[in-house]
Amino acid sequence: MVASILVNGLVYSGVYAMLALGFGLVFGVGRVLNLAHTAFYMVAAYGIFYFASTGFGMPLAVVLTTLGIVAAGIAVYKLFIEPVREMEATVLIATLAVAVLLQELVLVFFGNEPRHVPPALSGFTQVVGVRVGNQEMVTLVVAALSLIGAWFLLSRTKLGLAIRAAAQDREVANLMGINVNQVTAIVMGLGLLLAALAGIAVAPLFTVEPGMWMNPLVIVLAAVVLGGLGSLKGSLIGAVILAFAEVSVVFLVPGGSYLRTAIALLIMVCVFFIRPEGLFGSSIAEER
Amino acid sequence: MKSLICCLVSSVFALGLSVSGQVIRIGVVGPMTFIQGIHHWRGATLAADEINAAGGITVGGTTYTIELVRVDSNEMQPGPDAVSAVERAITASKVDFLIGGFRTEAMLAMTEVAADYKKIFLIAGAADDGLLKGRVDKNYNRYKYLFRITPVRSTYLAQVSFILLRDVVETFRRELGISQPKIAIVAEQAAWANMIVTLVALQAGTPVDKGGFGGQHVGTWRPSALATSVAAELTAVERAGAHIVFTVFSGPVGVVFGRDWGRLQVPVAAVGINVEAQAQGWLDATGGFGAYTATAGIYATGVAVTEATLPFIDKFQAEFGELPLFTAGTYDALYILADAIRRAGSLQTDAVISALETTDYVSTLGRIVFDELHDPIWGPDYITGLGVQWQDGSPKAFWPREWQPDPAKFPDLVIATPGTVPYVIPPWVKDHWQGK
Repeated sequence: MVASILVNGLVYSGVYAMLALGFGLVFGVGRVLNLAHTAFYMVAAYGIFYFASTGFGMPLAVVLTTLGIVAAGIAVYKLFIEPVREMEATVLIATLAVAVLLQELVLVFFGNEPRHVPPALSGFTQVVGVRVGNQEMVTLVVAALSLIGAWFLLSRTKLGLAIRAAAQDREVANLMGINVNQVTAIVMGLGLLLAALAGIAVAPLFTVEPGMWMNPLVIVLAAVVLGGLGSLKGSLIGAVILAFAEVSVVFLVPGGSYLRTAIALLIMVCVFFIRPEGLFGSSIAEER
Repeated sequence: MKSLICCLVSSVFALGLSVSGQVIRIGVVGPMTFIQGIHHWRGATLAADEINAAGGITVGGTTYTIELVRVDSNEMQPGPDAVSAVERAITASKVDFLIGGFRTEAMLAMTEVAADYKKIFLIAGAADDGLLKGRVDKNYNRYKYLFRITPVRSTYLAQVSFILLRDVVETFRRELGISQPKIAIVAEQAAWANMIVTLVALQAGTPVDKGGFGGQHVGTWRPSALATSVAAELTAVERAGAHIVFTVFSGPVGVVFGRDWGRLQVPVAAVGINVEAQAQGWLDATGGFGAYTATAGIYATGVAVTEATLPFIDKFQAEFGELPLFTAGTYDALYILADAIRRAGSLQTDAVISALETTDYVSTLGRIVFDELHDPIWGPDYITGLGVQWQDGSPKAFWPREWQPDPAKFPDLVIATPGTVPYVIPPWVKDHWQGK
């Protein structure tokens, strides 16, 4: 059972971590709580479905979907979020509105029926006695590469330094000559890139349908809060904890597997009793 | 300009009919952006077109035509949409009757609205016993407006799925020599499924001579009805050593299950209820991985349950390019309603209810006669349903093939529907268990 939980937990962790890192980056740097983040992930899944089913090869479909999502996301940021960026409540409502709008647009163009994207690699492999789809492994590799790429960008490049500086203190970063608005737009693009890659990676695994963004949004929000608001490391670890919690529920409480998300969130609440600032967040006193 | 004039003339004509009361407005209730609701609407439009083309419904010398009103209940999602939609249909669209409905949770609320407004509601899509049991029998005056056309109530649906499960268990015994197959249950978390899950879990380990399956129950998994992946559940089912997985799905999670099951080639045979697997687009929706899925169903390729079945299927396929789902039973609902109105000789609600209660109608589903709960009677000579399995790219019926409903009382009674084929164990399942 441990092997089953480990293998399935890893696959879910990869997807949630990609989403949580993108979401955490945008919040950490831009202080934008982008509730439309997973809606772009959903649109990316539809993008790959559309391009793949209309005769584009898979590589071209991936490129077109990714570029489309990043371009659309930046446009949404410039049009709807940037003008109200300083007003947190307005940003929340505006991004939620964008998410619902994207869902309804998808509904109009594609309908509500579940869509299927063919796997890049079909078949399965036995890993420590557990049946793992080859597509799951592709997803895991995509997630690992994306996360390594993001880590490299953040820790080994000048842009990464600017992003981290802006994440630590926007005002000081600005005084140091960093164009914080530009960095925020770049981070927004990076977050969208991660969301697009996550959507593309899971499309062959999950059912592609207009409501597929809601559950990941809850998990991603929970992961970011569990890890500690603003902490990228915390977001990633939070995502992994919640993914494993979800999978463990399926194996340990089979009759209650529909409660997987609820129980994962309960774990988050329990952590708050011990560390209200999240696992890697700074305490309110520290922030003051 | 010509088309504008035609449009104006037909609008005025329709308005005229409406004003003069020569139109019967029927609200077709369903989740219209989902396949279940789309088939509600398609079944109803076919019937309405046929009835209108045949001259409408004549009552007391007045001829009425049927006008359908699309009532999108959005009932796949929890929320107040369903109730609002029905209330709006009754108060704003002024519907005279309601047909359709799908999710029990929403139907309980929608039928309350129908009862409040004293509107007849012919249910075509929701199976839960509690929609009628405990209501029509306990409070007839309030709930006499409710009748069910399809599917048969959960208890009978469970009975059909038990027979199908028994068929698969017997095939495992016969072909693979597994005397005590292990049975797992994967059922969506929805009210209608609860009773079926409980009964199968109880019966799985009960010896055959005591009416059970003589197998072993190894676990029950209840994913959300809107889950987008059940790979973890299937891994757990395999780990439990199951030979057979009994499914209970009415919504999109059925597609998710079929896809993950076939994609990962999980070595368990899937049988039970999977509404999505009744749809022609099943293989496309599951990326081709849904082959060999077996489900209780209503329609199958080339199987004539009654003389009305194949003409309906042919017409539906010609019009919409696919097999009807059970929610397309709105077709029969409309005919049954029209028949009752004609027999009642009135549109007066109580008269139509009395006529509906004495219905004896050969529908595309079987012979429909209502019991005291306003449920269609299940069994030989009435409605039985079919056991359907996806074989060679199409849904083939494998039950009732050589069905003896009561061997003790009627040893010679064997029901064999023409066009049925034997159940086939999925090849990868057979390869996995052969010789073990």
